Amino acid sequence: MSATAEIAITRGPDNRSGAAKTALALLIAAPVFAVIATLLASLARFEPTVWAHLLDYWLPEVLGNTALIMLGVGLGVTVLGTALAALVALTDFPGRRVFAVALLLPMAMPGYVLATVVIGQLDFAGPLATALRAVGLPVPPIRSVAGLILTLTLTLYPYVYLVARGAFVSQGARTLEAARLMGFTPWQAFWRVLLPQARPWILGGALLALMETLADFGTVSAFGVTTFTTAIYRAWFALFSIDVALQLALVMLVVVALLVMAERLSRRSARFVSAQGAQAPLSLGRWRWAASGLCGGVLLLGFALPVLQLGHWALSAAAPISQLLPLAGRSLALAAMAAGLTVTAAVLLALVARTTPGRRLATLQTVATLGYALPGPLLALGLFVPYAGGIQWLNQQFDLAWMVHGGVSLLLLAYAVRFMAVAHTPLHTQLMRLSPSVDDAARLLGVGRLARLQRVYLPPLNMAMLTAALLVFVDVMKEMPITLMMRPFGWDTLAVRVFEFTREGQWADAGAPSLAIVAAGLLPVLLLTRVFNPKADHVS
Amino acid sequence: MQRSLLRTLSLTLLALAPALALAAEPPTLVVYSARAQQLIEPLFARYTAETGVEIKVLSDSEGALMQRLQAEGKASPADLLITVDAGNLWQAAERNLLQATDSAVLAKNIPAHLRDPDNRWFGLSVRARTLVYASDRVDADALSTYEALGDDTWKGRLCLRTSQKVYNQSLVAMMIAQQGREATEVTLRGWIDNLAAAPFANDTQVMEAILAGQCDVGIVNTYYFGRLQSENPDLPLKLFFPNQGEGERGVHVNVSGAGITRHAPHPEAAQALLEWLSADDAQALFASLNQEYPANPDVPMDPQVAAWGRFRQDLINVSEAGRRQVEAVTLMDRVGYR
Repeated sequence: MSATAEIAITRGPDNRSGAAKTALALLIAAPVFAVIATLLASLARFEPTVWAHLLDYWLPEVLGNTALIMLGVGLGVTVLGTALAALVALTDFPGRRVFAVALLLPMAMPGYVLATVVIGQLDFAGPLATALRAVGLPVPPIRSVAGLILTLTLTLYPYVYLVARGAFVSQGARTLEAARLMGFTPWQAFWRVLLPQARPWILGGALLALMETLADFGTVSAFGVTTFTTAIYRAWFALFSIDVALQLALVMLVVVALLVMAERLSRRSARFVSAQGAQAPLSLGRWRWAASGLCGGVLLLGFALPVLQLGHWALSAAAPISQLLPLAGRSLALAAMAAGLTVTAAVLLALVARTTPGRRLATLQTVATLGYALPGPLLALGLFVPYAGGIQWLNQQFDLAWMVHGGVSLLLLAYAVRFMAVAHTPLHTQLMRLSPSVDDAARLLGVGRLARLQRVYLPPLNMAMLTAALLVFVDVMKEMPITLMMRPFGWDTLAVRVFEFTREGQWADAGAPSLAIVAAGLLPVLLLTRVFNPKADHVS
Repeated sequence: MQRSLLRTLSLTLLALAPALALAAEPPTLVVYSARAQQLIEPLFARYTAETGVEIKVLSDSEGALMQRLQAEGKASPADLLITVDAGNLWQAAERNLLQATDSAVLAKNIPAHLRDPDNRWFGLSVRARTLVYASDRVDADALSTYEALGDDTWKGRLCLRTSQKVYNQSLVAMMIAQQGREATEVTLRGWIDNLAAAPFANDTQVMEAILAGQCDVGIVNTYYFGRLQSENPDLPLKLFFPNQGEGERGVHVNVSGAGITRHAPHPEAAQALLEWLSADDAQALFASLNQEYPANPDVPMDPQVAAWGRFRQDLINVSEAGRRQVEAVTLMDRVGYR
């Protein structure tokens, strides 16, 4: 068969494979549709008094707060994550090699833990605030929108840092060199060439941080700041209107979908080719110690101090460590299984979308990632209600009572829905770096579909897959509300134990399990840094 | 590259393997608990040792547990729901998640105002939500009632926990039950005017703020005070029991309690456990594990708890806290109590 004939065949409408691919994508997005269906079903029950109450006393405040927090956290993680990534990837300063790895560590720190430590130290009664007041430096009220933004930024900047660093490392040096040859200063080259090139990665990371911010309740409530999620909880647990809670969540989901689509549109035309190669890092001159100071400061606040505090608590509580081992085992097992499942689904989804022209699959892709922006309990409920309903119906026909909890599989499914966005982002951005000409070339050469998958798409995705798996792993380790609501008997995890202690404020007892969560999250975080273009780390 | 695909597939299989093995045997007695795990585990261990009945506990927050029970419906494995706060228990009964238990033992052991009028749930321990003050700066004579904390003398000296916590919702609900909506609103507005800091996330933070001098008086559950006192016996804080005067309603008390679930697979076994919890050593242990008051008045209280002094409690049925909870939340929102 001649090459032209092959082109004609593969470029022509391929309805059969297109339909199969759409079906696969639909299957992966199906749980999200189930959740959306639960949300939509709530529209049938309108409760005007609850809505009127929320409109009068909650929505104006929480909308303002939420917008402010999104803006602050969005700016915070973008600026901090990008700056740190650029510093460690492109410049030379004392400790750079260590910081490159260590700056990912705050990712292992659950937001609710950092919040408790920050408030415990810096609120009026905190030791640090008291000491500062004694020397005439009163700390402004930490339980405020500003304090919340600061804390969320410290836990969420690694999403931006991770992907931005990958972008800078893989294409920064060559690009900078080329730009320099064209007469740009390094500073100009960074702003005019490198940063625009890295934009899709940075935006992708920032979007993850924003979705997580929207869904957060633990950190927000520790700070006593009201957000849209607080209003959802108010409707659900204080005004006992689950339907209004679901309706509010629907509003939130629409906003997030718009955000995601805006981000997709902003980079639709952008596809980037990676340039391999490396070059000596830029010298910062006198400023090199300032760079060390910035990295060190971030690490101190986002990781070292909270770990010290947790260690102090763990030592002051008497519980034997051996009690934690089975909990840790289950946490690790769940995180590993969820990572495998989520990444597999995300890879399939990304590949299907890549190899099928048209908007339809891109939209499905967007839908499949929306779970990350929903508060955990609502997501769990959205999955559990249709599932339990179906099982109860089945149960009337057959004896399936044991299935009512769905066992671990339903929990894993919920994790996959929740963290699909986390797995999807690195995969999607990596695929974007693969020039479309690669697809054409493979087709031209008559490479079959399966072979194309194995030889063309998966090899460059290897690293991204590992990154995605590790991100999901760390997130599942920290996850609390879904684990609580959907775990079957005997599946208590470290996060469950932390919840049990902290809900009555017994932080000393929660110290050891919290520390175990951080420790278990460390290994993948350290692995992550080796994943990211290890060659570039060895440039001297 | 072949390997990467294989790896993906094997990871997936690995992910699904345990899920296939999920058809675990149903546990003997299943308890859904929103009470802290460490407070009930020792009790259940003792019960198993005495009777041989195995108990499996699933812990979560009360809202999530109720939602779970509701979704599970008839297929729920749960026999007993244990939770804190009468408001939560009332809510569970209202949503038809609990069944009535006709038990002479429970009727004898638990005072009428501490259980559901229709016997769908029973209080098992009592906590007082009372005043706490800096004993080095405040004279106990300056304190009298919850309502008086809204007076001008306390401007900038009061610390409160957030209205999102059900304990405060129940307190306000009981105030509405006793003195009506208008009077309660006046009191709440006074409180908000007097706040020294934004409401705190928990009672311990309220007491720490008083210790640090940020404020002088607050409202907390007694056992949180007990916990701090155990850590530091010389704590410069004291409890004050308000509304003790002639014709006044007494201290607001609340319960932690339990009810048998509507579709409990083992209602008799669950009732036996409930009755065991309401008497003798088990009842004493239930309370003392968390420095609370026993619900059963015949059971002696923990010496440390007894040392805080005696008080007259509000005798209105605690289920009122549930009945008026939405009204209370609405009112707290209206006055800007976050």
